[in-house]
Order: sequence, then C-alpha cells, then structure tokens
Amino acid sequence: MNKLKFTIVNAFAFFILAASAGTVWSAELQLPHLMSMLSQKKWGQASFVEKKYLSIIDKPIVSKGTLAFVAPNFLEKKTLSPKPETLILVGDTLTIQQPGKSEHKVSLEEYPEATAFIESIRGTLAGDLKALEKYYDVSLKGTTENWVLILSPKDKQIGKIFSEIRMVGVNNQVKTIEFKQRDGDHSVMSITDKKQ
Amino acid sequence: MTLKRRVLILSVWLAVILACVSVISKTRFISDLTAFMPKAPSARQQLLVDQFRDGIIGRIIMIGIEGGNSAARAKLSLALADSLRKTGLFAGVQNGDSATEEKDRAYFFDNRYLLSPGVTAEHFTVKGLHVAINNSIDALAGNAGMIIKQLFARDPTGETLKLLDEFIGNDKPVSKDGTWVSRDGKRALLLAYTQADGTNTEAQAKAINVIKQSFAQLDNRQPGYHLLMSGTSVFTVKSRNTIEGQAVWLASVSLVLVVSLLLVIYRSIRLLFFGLLPVLSGAVVGITAVSLGFGHVHSLTLGFGTTLIGEAVDYSIYFYLQRSGQANSTNFWRTIWLGVATSIAGFAALLFSGFPGLAQLGTYSISGLISAVFVTRFVLPAVVPTKLSLPNLDRLALVLESIIARATRVRWLPIALALVAIGVITIHQGEIWNRNLASLSPISKADQDLNQELRNDIGAPDVRFMVAFSAKNEEQALEGAEKAGKVLRQLIHDHVLAGFNSPATALPSIALQRERQQAIPDEKELRDRLKSALVDLPVSIDKLQGFIADVEATRQKQPLTRSDLDGTSAALLVDSLLIKRKNDYLVMMPLRANSSTADVPLDVNRVQAALKATNLPHIVVIDILEESTSLFENYRREVQLLSEVGGLVILGLLLLSLKSIQRTLRVSIPLICAMACVIAVTLLHGTQLTILHLVGLLLVFAIGSNYALFFESGNQVQRSDERRRMQMSLVIANFTTVISFGVLGVSSIPVLSAIGSTVSLGALFSLIFSAILSRDLKST
Repeated sequence: MNKLKFTIVNAFAFFILAASAGTVWSAELQLPHLMSMLSQKKWGQASFVEKKYLSIIDKPIVSKGTLAFVAPNFLEKKTLSPKPETLILVGDTLTIQQPGKSEHKVSLEEYPEATAFIESIRGTLAGDLKALEKYYDVSLKGTTENWVLILSPKDKQIGKIFSEIRMVGVNNQVKTIEFKQRDGDHSVMSITDKKQ
Repeated sequence: MTLKRRVLILSVWLAVILACVSVISKTRFISDLTAFMPKAPSARQQLLVDQFRDGIIGRIIMIGIEGGNSAARAKLSLALADSLRKTGLFAGVQNGDSATEEKDRAYFFDNRYLLSPGVTAEHFTVKGLHVAINNSIDALAGNAGMIIKQLFARDPTGETLKLLDEFIGNDKPVSKDGTWVSRDGKRALLLAYTQADGTNTEAQAKAINVIKQSFAQLDNRQPGYHLLMSGTSVFTVKSRNTIEGQAVWLASVSLVLVVSLLLVIYRSIRLLFFGLLPVLSGAVVGITAVSLGFGHVHSLTLGFGTTLIGEAVDYSIYFYLQRSGQANSTNFWRTIWLGVATSIAGFAALLFSGFPGLAQLGTYSISGLISAVFVTRFVLPAVVPTKLSLPNLDRLALVLESIIARATRVRWLPIALALVAIGVITIHQGEIWNRNLASLSPISKADQDLNQELRNDIGAPDVRFMVAFSAKNEEQALEGAEKAGKVLRQLIHDHVLAGFNSPATALPSIALQRERQQAIPDEKELRDRLKSALVDLPVSIDKLQGFIADVEATRQKQPLTRSDLDGTSAALLVDSLLIKRKNDYLVMMPLRANSSTADVPLDVNRVQAALKATNLPHIVVIDILEESTSLFENYRREVQLLSEVGGLVILGLLLLSLKSIQRTLRVSIPLICAMACVIAVTLLHGTQLTILHLVGLLLVFAIGSNYALFFESGNQVQRSDERRRMQMSLVIANFTTVISFGVLGVSSIPVLSAIGSTVSLGALFSLIFSAILSRDLKST
C-alpha cells in the first residue's frame, strides 16, 4: 500500500471517528486515551517468545526470554534461549552483554535506525506519543479490550528496512509486537505479563 | 709593542677569522629536536627510536574541524579529505567516510575464507559445517538477527563475525553525519598519513602547509570554521620553528642589552667595538668548531651561544680596567686563566654527556671562550692604546666599595640562606626530579593537551606494551607474526593479557592463505558435505548457492598481497605494524593489558619467556613507559656523575693554583651557598629539576668561580683604588653574564630556559655571596 493511499485512508478513518465523537459508540478507543493508559503503568516485567520468519530459513526461529521496563526509558531484554544475551537500554545508551565476551556499550545517537526500532517499543510502553510520532505515523484500531496500534516509518532510510510495526494489546498491556520487513520477513513477539 | 709584532698578531687573527667565516658559509644549520635525542644505549631503546624514525607515528597528522554546525563540519571533512587525497602528498586520509568503510567491508567480506582464523580442514567436514551453521541459526534468533540474516545466505558458517571479533578492543571513533567526530560531537576528525618519512621535517612542514591551504580554500565559502592539527609530525615542525625563531630573537635581545649596558659604562663606541672583538671572534670560532666537529650546527647551539656574549665580554671588561690602572699584570692574567680553566671544566661536562646536542653546546662554549681569551690577551693589546682613559667611574666605585664593606658585616647571611635552602630542598625531597621526558620538549602544555584530546577522540590509546621482532622479508614477517599470534592467543586464554594487534590479522602470510585454500574442499565435495550437514537443519541447500560459489572462488584465487588492501583503513593498520627498513622488516604487535590501573598491568617476563619458543630473531617485549623512564634515569645518573666530576676538577684546579686550602674554601663556600639557594628558589617556584638544571648548576660553579677568584685575589692587592676598580669591573662583568643567561631563562624552550634561569640566578648569588664572604676582613 503506498503512502499516499495509506494517508488518505487514515484521514478518512480519523474523520469518521471525529464525527462520531459525540456518539456513544463507547467501545472505539482513541489514541490519546490509549497513550494515557499506557503511561500510567510505570513499570512491568514479562516473559516473551519471539518467532522470526526468515525467507532463508525453512521454519520459524524461536527465542525466549524476559523483558523488563521502567518508565520512562529503561528497557531490558534478556534472551535465555537459544543463545543467552542481554540488551539493556538506559536513556540513550545501549549495553550488550554476551557471556564469554566483554560488555559492549553503544550510544544510540550514532545509529538512527536502531533508535527508531527501539523507540517503537519504548515509546509504546511509556505511552510517549511524541516519541512515536517522531519516527512513525501512528494509527489505532479497536477497543480497549482489544486494540491494534500500527506504526509506519516516516523516515525513508528506516522505511527501507521496516514496512510496519504492529502492536496488539489489552487495556494497558502490550500482548504482541510484530515487525514486518520490506523483504517479506517478519517477526512476532508474544508477551506474557508477569506482574500487573 | 713593536709594529712588526702588532702586524703579525693582527694578520694571524684576521686569517683565522676569515678561515672560520668560509667554513661557516658552507655550514648546514638544522633545527630538529631529534638532534637532541640521546643516543640509545640498548637494543630496546633503539627500537623506540626506530619506530619514530621509520614507523607511522611520525607520519600521522590528526586534524580537527571546529565551529558552526555538525552537518556543515561533516561536509567540510569530506571535502578536505578529497582535496588532500588529490595532492598526492598523503599515503591515506581517513575520516570514517562511507567510501572507505565500504572498501573495508568489501575487503573483509570478499576475502573472508582467506582471512578468517576459523578456516581449517575440520571446519569444512560434515560435522564442522553442521556445527557452524547451527551456531549461525542460533545467532539469528538473537538481537543482531536482522543484521546477520543479510550475511547468512553467503556466509552461513559465520566467518565475517569471527573476523569482527579479531578486531574488537580497538576503539573506533564515533561517527555522525557520515564522518568521524569527537566524543562530544563538536569536532569533525580526520587522520592524514604523509608519504614522507617522519624524520624528513621539511616534507612534513610542507604537508602541514598543504593541509592549511586546502582547508582555507574550502573555508572560503563558509567562515567561522577553523582547523586544528596535532601529532608527532606537527610537534616536530612546531619545535623546529620555535627553536629557529627563538635562537635569532634571543641572540638579538642579548646583544642589544649587553651593548646598551656597556655603552652606558664606557660611553665610547670605540671602546665598545674593541670590547666586542673577543665576543665576535669567539662566536665565529665556536660555530666553526661545532661545524667541523659535528658536520652541522643546531639552532639551539646558536641560541645557547648567546651566553658567550655575556662571558667573553667579561674578559675585555677586565682587560680595560687593568689597562687603565697600574695593576700587577701577571697576577691579573693568572686569575683570568684560572677563571677560564674552571669555566672550561664546567663546559667539558656538557661535552662528554651522551646528548649530541649538549656536546655541541660544550664544544661551542669551550672553543668560543678560549678564542675570546686569546683575542683579549694578544689582539686587544695590539689594537687598544696603552693608556686608556675610561670614563670616571670612581664615584660609582666608591659607592660600591662602601656597599661591599657593609656587606661583609653580614657574613652569616649566605650561610644562613644556604641552610634555609637546604631545609627547603629536604622538604621537597621526594619531588625534586622531573622524570618526564616531555619536560624537555619545547611544545606548550596547551598543544600537548590538544594532542591527548585528539588521540582520545580517535581512539588511539597510548601503547605501552609491544612485541617487536625483525624479519628478512614481508612473507617471513607475516609468518612470524602468525607464530607469535598463536602464543599470544594462548596467553589471552590464560588471562595474562587482554588482546593484541597483528599485521597478519588483515594480511595473512601467503603460506597461511594457501593452507586455508587447501583446507577448502572442491565444489562437488562441498555440495555433498553440505547436503549431509543440513540434514536436520531448517535450511535448504538452494538458499546457499552464493556460499558455495564464494568458497569455490576463494579456493582458486590468488593469495592476497599488500596492494589488495589499498584504499582500506586496514592498509594503514598493516603499514603501522609492518615496517620496511633498509635491510629488513620490523614487525610490531601492540599488546593490550588486562587492566591499565594495576602497578604492573602486564607480566612482561612471562610473555617474553613464552615468545622465546617461537625462535623469532631478536624478539623482544617492550614496556615503553619503563624504557623511557629508565632512559631518563640513565641520563640523569650520567649527567649527575659528570657534574660531580666536573665540580671536583674545578675544586682541584682551584686548590692547585691557589695553593692554600683556606683560600680555596674562601672561593668555594660562597659558590656552594649560591648553588643551594638556586635549587631552593627553583623548587619554591614550583619547577622540578631536570638534567638541564644539573648542567646549569655545574656552570654556576664554573662561572661563579670567576667572581669568587677575583674577589679573593683582591685580598692580595694592596692599593684600595685598584681593588675598587676591580670590584667595579666584576659587577659589570657579572651583569653581562646575568643578562645573557637571563634572556635564555625566559625562552619557551626548556633546554635553554632551564640552563638560563639556573645560571643567571647562580651568577648573581655567586657575586653577592663572594663579595660578602671572599674578602679577607683584614685587608679593608
């Protein structure tokens, strides 16, 4: 779907939503409302299962681990299988820990693509609409009990790699994050919250 | 004096001067600080000097662009790099641009099966392939999966990642807007490598100018951006310019000041002219002697040589005052010769030190002094009228006499001051010596700080430990590096060190490349093995066609040589570690210690012992910090010894001619007090002592003895008006010395300022203390 079409469809959807604002179509969730719900959750811990569907590999590659988040910008992804690895994001610094190797610290400023990628997750968990809109066109479908947040990259460079990031959630919990790549590969991360 | 004798003397003198002038006209004058580098006594230290001379360190110029905004700086950086590459003066210009990065990527990726340490026969067995591909699939599950997946189809066994691991530990500069920037992002960074060798200062200066001009031509459109440069090359050129500039300036200032002083005293241009004859003759002979003895004359020698002005002028001053009176001629000359002898003893210590530069200073001063005295003894009497009318200085002399008379009442003062001085020295006991070789460098602290900043930004850590060995040719050098690399890898495993750099990482020896090619099965065989290896893996062989093709291409390829690296940043890495010398190759492998904060971060002996097994010729492990510190310590000890011997020689001379211990003491004690006070003042000023201060102290003893001797000899003089005249001439002579050495003291070149400040202070103190102490109270 080309960008123009997408924008027009989006605009239409918004127009309809705005028009029906007054109506008690109560179920339809608004973006600011979702963001505020998400931002109220200051921290969370979850386990994840990530499945990567790559064209070169015949079956999906599975990795498992835990996720931890503390608002506004602490994120930790601990991969437990198949290869242990930990990623820690604090503000603008990403630390990569692998057993048997020395720690690797990277400043995200140097890697705009990685920043965009990570901001999609962090921004959503923190309910930070501004951060999301910096890199993506954000659109929301669904109800509080079942919403779908779609992020389309604004930047051409990033858009070359990703075509879409899709998050599915219930209330203030993100349940699934799906990354769709331009070349057809995609990955799906299923998140199971450990604590409320 | 008969006319005949007069003519003879003058003709001999003129002939000598003319001969000297002709030598000087053909003399080569140099200003490189390297001439002041001490001669390296050991093989290890010679290696350090070699590294500077032949290696890449002397050829790197670090460039920074500041000002304006980041995007514009990046544009300037790319434009400058482009412009510099076109000049042909640079072997390479790096700024993290994408073209070079692409070349790097291409080199390592395209040649991964020749470069990767993982390529062995075992690696390509069915089991080996299975394990490697399985590992890669697991890695795809990880966070870097997105990046690795692009490599997977052509590199399923993960060689590219293994290669990346080899280079980990090397800090790369930060990139922004497509080029390197400093840590804080406020400066764009470039590295330029000159074609010319580090010791060719002229060529280095040219390269630096070209960079300045190229930048200025870029900058035309965008004001507000400025260029910074630093590096060994920049320092060499800067110090050369500083030395040259200062030598001229110092000589001029010294001359002007001394001439003014003398004009005020003599009030006659004719007297001034005759008075300067010994100086000029001395200078001319001095330069000639250095030129003949060393083959060239260093500008620092000329700068230091200005002190000759202050010294040599003294003799004509004494001569005039002797002429204007009826003084006892023989006694006068005896004192002068003794003074000359002690001064020469002082400068002789310079002559024998291991610094070629200091030896030049010694040669210049000794030959200059001797000729100055000879001219005063023989030529001046031939040209100056017998009866000389000097301006009436009697009133001044009387005032001086009364001051000195009063001064002798405070005999305890010099001793007391000396004791205080010794107290100060004892308090500072631990910090007296400045062991840093950088203290001898004429480069300002600001420049040295900028250098450190740029080095940190570029990620060029100070290399402290290094393995070095020589080899007959490039292939043997690389094979040697590989052998050493095996040993070092084992040591890393044993936690003896954290890592190392080797030229063989980017350019393996041809033998090793062939070995790897042979380890690779042919295409059909590879396909069969791959099919078996993939049996329970979720990859089908049709996805890996690219891999099979690449492997087969590598098997048939010509081995890599240095020229294949052209245009990559790895080329410069190899060039910095594999150095072609006249008759052989030098290989250097920097080591990374586990922790840089421990006292002894690396067990050098253990590494050396382990490397012995490789049987590589002259393989050594160097701790650069240790070596340069011990080098410094050696010199300090040597110069200290020389100074002590020199001091004893002077004492001996004094004893021999004065023929009395009491008289010798009367001469020496004020000098020793003066020396103690000079050390104390220097320490109180916050300056630590260097070898040069030691030399200066010896000169204080040598030169100061002239004044003490004259004051002491005054005891033998019966006529008070003669003694008064002599005191007058001493004070004037002392002032000229203090001025000429004092001018050196304000120089920004440590060699000159250390000696200058020490001697000028010391001469002043010597005069005062000798006036107080040397005079026999009975002869008032």
